[in-house]
Amino acid sequence: MSEAQVEAQQHPIAIYFWVWGLLFVLSTMSYMVDYLQFQGLLRWSLIIIFMFLKAGFIVAVFMHLYYERLALACALLIPIGALLVLIGLMSFEAGNTNMTRDIYLDGGSGILVMEEGTIH
Amino acid sequence: MANEAVVDDTGRSIAMVEGLQGVVADWSSDQRAFKRVPWGKAMMWIFLLSDTFIFACFLTSYMMVRISTTVPWPNPSEVFALTLFGHHIPLILIAIMTFILISSSGTMAMAVKFGYERNRKMTTILLIVTAMFGASFVGMQAFEWTKLIEEGVRPWGNPMGAAQFGACFFMITGFHGTHVTIGVIFLLIVARKVWKGHLDDMKPGFFTSRRGGYEVVEIMGLYWHFVDLVWVFIFALFYLW
Repeated sequence: MSEAQVEAQQHPIAIYFWVWGLLFVLSTMSYMVDYLQFQGLLRWSLIIIFMFLKAGFIVAVFMHLYYERLALACALLIPIGALLVLIGLMSFEAGNTNMTRDIYLDGGSGILVMEEGTIH
Repeated sequence: MANEAVVDDTGRSIAMVEGLQGVVADWSSDQRAFKRVPWGKAMMWIFLLSDTFIFACFLTSYMMVRISTTVPWPNPSEVFALTLFGHHIPLILIAIMTFILISSSGTMAMAVKFGYERNRKMTTILLIVTAMFGASFVGMQAFEWTKLIEEGVRPWGNPMGAAQFGACFFMITGFHGTHVTIGVIFLLIVARKVWKGHLDDMKPGFFTSRRGGYEVVEIMGLYWHFVDLVWVFIFALFYLW
């Protein structure tokens, strides 16, 4: 087997049509979340679920990552974990900024109020 | 698939191990770590990983300013609504842009497939269709920018709510639109190379002077799918949230 044959990504065209259709359905569903004005936790969880499903199908099938060696997939997916740390730290930091603005910015009480079980 | 022999650059055959042991074997081999991928494809993947970090920084900054502001965030559903044929439809332009970009990803994936089948005509047509989808996406984005600027949205403030909205909007969609524009230009360059048969002859390209076969189409595809991938995140986190 020549190197070129080994490295070519050959898949039946049907799988691309399937994923294409699936992405259409998922996009329509995420648009419906807004159109039907779902709010709160339902809205956020649906948006995130549809987002990751779409991203997963694009990366796995269109970008052929599912068919590549695990070594390549690891090199690409593991560093993404650092982003989760960044997002976690920054949301914590942003919450803190929001709290200090609520307290000290114009109209704020200037007094830190601790409610039972929660910190605002 | 286990123990399938693959010949390395010097002609020696290397055993291909699967699973986690395969990760260790690939990374510790004294030849290339990324097996069964042309070097250009590995490099494109690594570039896309770095680009992921750039867009992640933008989206994380957006998350920070949106959480930390005490002023209500403008409702994207309303800001991006359009009145079409007398109907007021929320977010409709963004939905159309999403479908266009997904369709362009579909045609791109098929262009890659036909490229490896040495079907020059179909590959060229599909690449040009992909480029046209991309160009129309950029056109709609220009329309959207014009509309928002006319409504008084600026990077430092806007009439609808939190001042940070404009900075996030222009930075994130602007950077993404730049990626789409660059993609359209390179799609047309690759389409021309395919049409002229340069990939069959492994003719060096004008940009890098490297010789490339039909993996060039797939590398182009990786970039294009990534642009679509970023839009999936922007659509969910900026427009729908």
